Amino acid sequence: MKINQSIAISENGFVFNPITGDSFTLNNTGIQILTMLKSGKTIDDIKEVIAEEYDVDDLVLERYLQDFFSDLKLNSLITEG
Amino acid sequence: MERKKITVAITGLNNIDSPGPGMPVARGIKESSYFDTRVVGLAYDHLEPGIYMKEWVDKTYMIPYPSKGKEALFERIKEIQAKENLDFIIPNFDAELFSFIKLENQINQLGIKTFLPTLEQFEERHKSNLPEYGKKYGVNVPKSEEAFSMNDLANILRSYTYPVMVKGKYYDAYKAYSLEQAQAYFSKLSAKWGYPVIVQEYIDGTEVNVIALGDGKGNVISAVAMRKQYITDKGKAWGGVTIADDSMLELTHKIISQTKWRGGMELELIRTTDSKLYILEINPRIPAWVYLAVGAGQNLPEALVKLALGMEVRPFTSYDIGKMFIRYSWDMIVDIDMFSKLVTSGEL
Repeated sequence: MKINQSIAISENGFVFNPITGDSFTLNNTGIQILTMLKSGKTIDDIKEVIAEEYDVDDLVLERYLQDFFSDLKLNSLITEG
Repeated sequence: MERKKITVAITGLNNIDSPGPGMPVARGIKESSYFDTRVVGLAYDHLEPGIYMKEWVDKTYMIPYPSKGKEALFERIKEIQAKENLDFIIPNFDAELFSFIKLENQINQLGIKTFLPTLEQFEERHKSNLPEYGKKYGVNVPKSEEAFSMNDLANILRSYTYPVMVKGKYYDAYKAYSLEQAQAYFSKLSAKWGYPVIVQEYIDGTEVNVIALGDGKGNVISAVAMRKQYITDKGKAWGGVTIADDSMLELTHKIISQTKWRGGMELELIRTTDSKLYILEINPRIPAWVYLAVGAGQNLPEALVKLALGMEVRPFTSYDIGKMFIRYSWDMIVDIDMFSKLVTSGEL
């Protein structure tokens, strides 16, 4: 997954895509994941960090992350590759 | 630096729910660090709010509606010129542009500069000519056709799927979901704006716009891309944000360089879900959201004045991304003496 590097993420979870003009709000976990993506972390790195920090089953985490990434993709915040 | 004193006349003082561009144009020029401008308003209706906004409009004269013909307009401009010694006129309505373009030489001979598209540029970008325009310049446009009668409308609609857009010659557009609805809008639009009424394929997507200024030699002096965030029931942007969409700016450069567009323009675009850009309309004048461009770092009205006065203008190369405009309405309290003076003397 590649994040669109021009997107702006504020500390309070407001995300602005300067190419489309879309804006979104994220919860704390969402900010954490997007910030990790922006800093170049891979999906496996992100999974590891989240699994360590939260009490979550591997399968459930996998499903949640996939849902989240497909939302990000749908809204042009990330692309494949 | 001492600012150069100039007098500029503008139309479009109708700062209403479907606002004209006059007030933001006046605001941009008044805020110029280069010009010290006396703004003379030219109004069609006594209740155009800009007439009473004395911070931005120093003096206003009533002018005849375009339906009175260009000779009546020219006579009035001559009278105003004798009192005001105007340096430049900026017409801001689609419906008046034809007269101003036709009168351009005569207006220039009075010592008033203009910076308008040519008649050919003005005509070829009409909504009704959009399919040819798309072919000629290699840009995506929705399928559209002209209807001059109810019969035309019914025939045309046989080859369209609903919804369709039904559009007035100059302004207004409605989405119709059936023949009956399209017929009702046809009557409404033809009564207001005349013929033809335009039937246009409905393209689903995000509404995005570009404001631009061409120097008439193929160069883009200013271009700012905006995403509408709040749209009124009249389809007007009541809030918007500047965006960094290179493909929109490339399209603008392509159109201006190919057509050698002269003056302000607005591209009304739709970005589809598969990321294609379609041109819905090319407006031959500055749009009402021009102050967003000023706020984002491109004082387009000031650049327009410089071009008109024959000054060298360097093209803007960037603007602030993520700048928003949020429009609001405001009640002014005005003494009826002002109104009566305007009504009786034709000036205020």
